[in-house]
Amino acid sequence: METLFACCIGFLTACGVFLMLRGRTFPVVLGLTMLSYAVNLFLFSSGRLTLRGAAVLGTSEQYADPLPQALVLTAIVIGFAMTAFLVILAIRARADLGNDHVDGKLPESEMSKKESR
Amino acid sequence: MWHLITAPILLPFLTALIIMLPPVHYSPMRRRWLSMISSAIQLVLAVCLLLQVQQQGLMHYAVGNWQAPFGIILVADTLSVVMVCLTSFLALGAICYGSAGEDEKGSFFHPLFQFQLMGINGAFLTGDLFNLFVFFEVLLIASYALLIHAGGKNKTKAAVHYVVLNLTGSAIFLFSLAVLYGTLGTLNIADMAVKVAVLPAEDLMLVKAGGLMLMIVFALKAAVLPLQFWLPATYASASAPVAALFAVMTKIGVYALLRVYSTIFGENAGPLAGMASDWLLPAGLATIALGAVGALASQDFRKLVANLVLVSVGTLVSLVALQTELSAAAALYYTVHSTLVTAALFLIADLIANQRGKAGDRLVSGRRVSQPILLGFIFMIGALTVAGLPPFSGFVGKLMILQSAVEPVTRILLWSLILLSSLMVIVALSRAGSILFWRVSGTEPGGGKAPPLQVFAVIWLLLASPLLAVFAGPLTALSQQAAAQLYDTTTSTNSILGQYPVQEIKP
Repeated sequence: METLFACCIGFLTACGVFLMLRGRTFPVVLGLTMLSYAVNLFLFSSGRLTLRGAAVLGTSEQYADPLPQALVLTAIVIGFAMTAFLVILAIRARADLGNDHVDGKLPESEMSKKESR
Repeated sequence: MWHLITAPILLPFLTALIIMLPPVHYSPMRRRWLSMISSAIQLVLAVCLLLQVQQQGLMHYAVGNWQAPFGIILVADTLSVVMVCLTSFLALGAICYGSAGEDEKGSFFHPLFQFQLMGINGAFLTGDLFNLFVFFEVLLIASYALLIHAGGKNKTKAAVHYVVLNLTGSAIFLFSLAVLYGTLGTLNIADMAVKVAVLPAEDLMLVKAGGLMLMIVFALKAAVLPLQFWLPATYASASAPVAALFAVMTKIGVYALLRVYSTIFGENAGPLAGMASDWLLPAGLATIALGAVGALASQDFRKLVANLVLVSVGTLVSLVALQTELSAAAALYYTVHSTLVTAALFLIADLIANQRGKAGDRLVSGRRVSQPILLGFIFMIGALTVAGLPPFSGFVGKLMILQSAVEPVTRILLWSLILLSSLMVIVALSRAGSILFWRVSGTEPGGGKAPPLQVFAVIWLLLASPLLAVFAGPLTALSQQAAAQLYDTTTSTNSILGQYPVQEIKP
């Protein structure tokens, strides 16, 4: 289970970093979302992976660490709010600047491609 | 009076909520007055808290009465309370400046401002790393919205970079928290310090990786060399009161570096002691050089001031990297001085830009300013202070910094860089001043007179500089005491963890 979990986090992080390095705002937003999924899973695993562990005392023989679960909950809420803000900001930037490049202007090569079309 | 620690967090929070409620929300005057009165009360409460901490030593507050290390705690020691006082002082000036008309150019200026104050104060007062993350996010989301206050192409462009970088920073922050929690089993700063001291050898590299990731995050917030590219554009495009408040935001990163690397990874940390210094010292020194060159190369006055922020950050980070009591004391004094004077310079830049018509704050010849004597005088005081010339506070700050470098190698590096950068800053500022005030075309002034409230705000911030110099004796003693308290980790962990004995808990 640990190997699968670790591979999953690694794959999500790799995809997130790759997408974040793209030039347009939409892939960047997607990349950040993937990175935050990876972070949430990683944070969850910091309390060790246990099967059938209860988080509340007195209900089970095995216990899971409840603190990472609470931390993940907080991180999910914050990440969701930040992503929502970033999406709105990206749309605003598209409207204000006339293109969806993260630097606010298209690089030279793409400009010439657009004109030749 | 036990609950006084929570006041700097609760008061801005409640003020923001009240401002958004109908009877206050519909009237601009009521919003302004409520915001100004609330921040004045915050300043008074922060000073009360400082007096209390002076009397009683380190205080901590268990939120919901869940005792440390299980619950979240707020910690007030001299260092954090001085930073809270600084924030309140700065915020009062910035809000007064904004209330002269800047706040009506967009919506929700005052509530967002108060939410940001809540985040900043919380980040200073918290004693828990995850709570620090939460307060970082509170202040960041308020700062995102404040940055694009009043709109415009430049602001949107700067905001996209700023938001994406800070979201990435938050992700790295969470990764490092997970690594540290997974190995140490706690996120309470005092408890972490205890656990790091008795760390088993096989966890050493993991904790080191977590600690260094944390350094990347704080370096991003503080804008240290490889991670500083967002700062000039962001600070130069923000509206003046927001840029003034942002002057304290980089200092939060420096504060977090100081707190984490002197408490958790301090001298008791065994093999991990001082692990950040090797990275922070060269990065800080390079930031000083880059900021000074940037100040010389700037094409407009606001960019120039933003580069001065970089110089001060570089200086502070180098001081943090030295990791001695002397350097921490110098860092605290210099933080107070540099935050207030750069904030004042952002406001002065806006006053000048408003009166020069189309030329704005660009360093080209333009229309005459309508109040040359007033603006020239406050510009001169601000410039002398930030360059570190006597008789103002910058001189005292620089003196403390130079004295705190004891080892020969660091002394050569730090002295030469700081003195050279001061010279470059003087050149850059005198060039800016002579272009802004003397190279004028036409006889008509480019704008109306500055509103009295804005002039008051600038003088309020600038007044701190002579006061810091006049009361340098007691203030140096205060910062030395704060540094001594910061480095006395055994006393602070004992008083926070109290009767709970340290146990080896294996997860």
